[in-house]
Amino acid sequence: MMTLEMLNLSIAMPEMFLLALACTVLVVDVYLKDSQRNVTYMLSQLGLIITLILISQQTPQNNEWTRELAFNGLFVNDLLATVLKYAVVLLVAIVFVYSRRYLQDRNIFKGEFYVLGLFGLLGMMVMISANHFLSMYLGLELLSLSLYAMVAFDRENPNAAEAAMKYFVLGAIASGMLLYGMSMVYGMTGSLNIVEVAVALDQMEGDNIVLIFGLVFMVIGISFKLGAVPFHMWIPDVYHGSPTTVTSYIATAPKVAGFAMVIRLLAESMGSFQADWQGMMIILAVLSMAVGNVIAIAQTNLKRLLAYSTISHVGFIMLGLLAGNQEGYSAAMFYTLTYTLMSLGGFGIIILLTRKGFEADNINDLKGLNQRSPWFAFIMLIVVFSMAGVPPTVGFWAKLAVLKAVVNIDMLWLALVAVFFSIIGIFYYLRIIKLMYFDDAEDKSEINCTRDMQIALSANGLSVLMLGLYPAALMSICIAAFS
Amino acid sequence: MDMELIYLAIPLASLFGAIMAGFFGKAIGRSGAHTVTIAGVATSFILSLMAYNHIVLEAGDIYNQTVYTWMVSDGLRFEIGFLIDQLTVMMLCVVTGVSLMVHLYTIGYMHDDPGYQRFFSYISLFTFAMLMLVMSNNFLQLFFGWEAVGLVSYLLIGFWYKRETAIYANLKAFLVNRVGDFGFILGIAAVVMYAGSLDYKEVFSAAPQIANQTINLVGDEQWSVMTVICILLFVGAMGKSAQFPLHVWLPDSMEGPTPISALIHAATMVTAGIFMVARMSPLFEFSETALAFVMIAGAITALFMGLIGIVQNDIKRVVAYSTLSQLGYMTVALGVSAYSAGVFHLMTHAFFKALLFLAAGSVIIAMHHEQDMRKMGGLRKYMPITWITSLIGSLALIGFPGFSGFFSKDSIILAVGESHLPGADIVYLMVLAGVFVTAFYSFRMYFLVFHGEERMDQHTKEHLHETPWVVTVPLVVLAFFSVVIGWVTIEPMLFGEYFKDVIFVKESHNVLSQVGEHYHGQWAMIQHGIASWPFALAMAGVGTAWYIYMKNPQIAVTASQKFSFIYKMLDKKYWMDELYVKVFSDGSRGLGKGFWKGGDVAIIDGLIINGSAKLVGWFASVVRHMQTGMLYHYAFAMIIGLVGLLYLFASPVS
Repeated sequence: MMTLEMLNLSIAMPEMFLLALACTVLVVDVYLKDSQRNVTYMLSQLGLIITLILISQQTPQNNEWTRELAFNGLFVNDLLATVLKYAVVLLVAIVFVYSRRYLQDRNIFKGEFYVLGLFGLLGMMVMISANHFLSMYLGLELLSLSLYAMVAFDRENPNAAEAAMKYFVLGAIASGMLLYGMSMVYGMTGSLNIVEVAVALDQMEGDNIVLIFGLVFMVIGISFKLGAVPFHMWIPDVYHGSPTTVTSYIATAPKVAGFAMVIRLLAESMGSFQADWQGMMIILAVLSMAVGNVIAIAQTNLKRLLAYSTISHVGFIMLGLLAGNQEGYSAAMFYTLTYTLMSLGGFGIIILLTRKGFEADNINDLKGLNQRSPWFAFIMLIVVFSMAGVPPTVGFWAKLAVLKAVVNIDMLWLALVAVFFSIIGIFYYLRIIKLMYFDDAEDKSEINCTRDMQIALSANGLSVLMLGLYPAALMSICIAAFS
Repeated sequence: MDMELIYLAIPLASLFGAIMAGFFGKAIGRSGAHTVTIAGVATSFILSLMAYNHIVLEAGDIYNQTVYTWMVSDGLRFEIGFLIDQLTVMMLCVVTGVSLMVHLYTIGYMHDDPGYQRFFSYISLFTFAMLMLVMSNNFLQLFFGWEAVGLVSYLLIGFWYKRETAIYANLKAFLVNRVGDFGFILGIAAVVMYAGSLDYKEVFSAAPQIANQTINLVGDEQWSVMTVICILLFVGAMGKSAQFPLHVWLPDSMEGPTPISALIHAATMVTAGIFMVARMSPLFEFSETALAFVMIAGAITALFMGLIGIVQNDIKRVVAYSTLSQLGYMTVALGVSAYSAGVFHLMTHAFFKALLFLAAGSVIIAMHHEQDMRKMGGLRKYMPITWITSLIGSLALIGFPGFSGFFSKDSIILAVGESHLPGADIVYLMVLAGVFVTAFYSFRMYFLVFHGEERMDQHTKEHLHETPWVVTVPLVVLAFFSVVIGWVTIEPMLFGEYFKDVIFVKESHNVLSQVGEHYHGQWAMIQHGIASWPFALAMAGVGTAWYIYMKNPQIAVTASQKFSFIYKMLDKKYWMDELYVKVFSDGSRGLGKGFWKGGDVAIIDGLIINGSAKLVGWFASVVRHMQTGMLYHYAFAMIIGLVGLLYLFASPVS
């Protein structure tokens, strides 16, 4: 007989609150006039702040973390989940800050953006806390469906519609593959619970072709979500086609959720097949770094350039993951968290430069930014340096950590390959800096932006620098999450 | 009063002046700049006198402590610390004293220069760096001071940066010093390697153990570690103190303003090498090879650089070659383990050479920046103070009995006579011959400038007059010291207890104690000196100069024609400059050009950078077409990925 205590609902408090919030926003928005959309915005932001507070309530009394289960083992809470949830909520909240003026300028300042954004966030949080293939899948679908709708959300824009269509079809294929892989694992182990699967797999002997099949399908599902080559094709088109605010949403928080997916599905449940998924990840990582960095060089559209840059960074995250030990996981986590921060800053700058009827997504639009706004040119400089991995920005430490993890599992060659491709990558990062600082501005119009966005964007950029100067705190959290 | 605070304030007072004049020069104006820097240096000088009083007169405790620890790396401590003992306080007084005189003099000399504040900032900065160098208790700070004085020297030689020759000269000084400094830092590295410390005290106490070790440098030859360390350190000294063959920069450094020639290139910085070797006596004493090396380098410099001085016509260059020659004497003294005599000569030389430079500067001011002695003559009538003080300086330089140079130089010659190092006999003859040469060129200059017919043009002649008090007061003060400083200090410094705990001399090398056995007071030394070879040679030099340049000027012309080869050799400075330019400058430039054209442009830029960039660019432009925009292509890529992974990981064969 199931009782309410067994459900242990209290540890899922943030998610439940978020669900209620999203529904409330949905209903409230219906009764608002177009001129009152700010209420929707404020309500969403307030809700996100409360969600953050609720997440912080999950901290155990004496700071000793244990895996706490809820919903009959469908849902888990641990330090990893808490840290990642903090990150996603924060990222989404900043995306909302960046979005407001952009949406207003384009007459798409609608409640749907916030409702979909909140539901997507809920999906991510469920993924992060999933202890069961089903809850993982549900979270993923909730996120994905929200994203499809968000991409197409600017209905007047044919590019957006096309991007949404592609994303939807490919996403459906990937979801199907993931589900197929899960069903094969279920067939062999008789369970969908991540911990039980792990136990069952440990007891099996010999090679099991069906399980490897299942593993390949699951890896593909995950790779699609992260955007690893050759499952990356959607990324440039979707990043390019979506409204930039939606791009900044897709490019940041879902990466964190994707990271959680790798940890939950591969590290925690398929741990005994580590040798196999390590091999797959080496291929995917090398391909991602190569294709991402090389093709980025040929891009003239800033959003596409950042899309390929993302692909190459996913390769780096995979380097850490494939190390398959505490050092590698924590390095990958550090990389993911800091990369999303840089990515957010990069898209933030693009949003900053946009205005009504002008998307500012060509790299030439950055020309002479230093003349127009030395401060934001400096912020972009930090962000770009960090992406390139130049000290003292945090990107340097992130790269160093994953490379160290790879070297420590005796894969020096892989580290060298990674360094080689990141050197190629420096080219297009430096080109951005050259355009900002050494070219004359073609478009000398003043940058108009709201005070809250200025503060958020400055804090965003400076945090990349500060984390680079004091990386120890975040790094120790990442290490603690896997001990 | 707390001595530590005083010690700390000595360099910082000068630094403060330098910062104020350098960064706020515009705000405080010209008079503000000289006021603040002179106040800073005067403070340093007064505090140095207090330190002297404390250490020497009150026999206070020697101070050897760390002031600040910069970092500790692998057990090696990088520190700033002071070692204040008898040697240090002597150097402090000399450096700050001469510096103060030069600061005052500069007011007059640089009066109309647009870079007035910059100049004051530099010389105060130099004083700070030199003080850090002499006060150091460890090799790191020594090296800091060493490089810092080198830097300021560079800045000041090129002070008139619009002059082509000044730029050439400062570049030359910098490059030649780099050669020396490279040896110096290798020496410090060797010290760290074998002693495991940068601290003087720890290194010195480890010296006896290091002395027994050998090192394999080239082939199978075993070198004494101590010899290697000492010679490397001395290579540094050769650069800074302009010893043969690294002397070539010093004559050219005369491109800088004259106060700088006096302060840096005569009285203080160039003596840093002498000071350093004296400070390192506990190391050098363990290597007779290194000592012999030092002695011979010094002797060559002392004699052959003096010879070049004979044929120079630029008044400052004569003094510059005289400086080289005198530095050679100091180095010889170090080589024969008469460190005290070397340092003693350093001190007396600082006064009379600064005097000679400033006097030359005074002449140059009066002559409207004309430096060619052939266009001077008979100035004694117009500039009595400059004339008298120059005469005093010259007498001190040639070692006329009773003047300060006599005591120090004669002591060195006597010490060489007592030495048993291999080659000491020849060196003795060389330094004796050097006395004649010194006297000859000194009085050649004196006669050409102050006596004889007036060869300047009418316009200059009409404006000839004595220079203002800011110029003559330093001359008089320095002249006073040039006369008395030797008499007053010879007893404690050479034969007394002054350097007892500072300079370490092995009993078998102790030439000064043997000299000391024959020493019976200053007056007896003068009486004995008049009856000895050096005096006779000096008088012969003066007499020859008088005869050739006053009595029968025709001889100089005939001699230069008759011995045209020798004349040319001296005029061309033994072709050292040509050799260096041809071999080292052109050679390294050629090498650099080869690497640049062949390595950098062709291989690195052309092939590796541009080639790979083109390759990547081409590859990118091809691969980007994979992104067709067609949905079924994308899906197809995913399927290929799926099939590929399945083939690699799930095929039954594997």
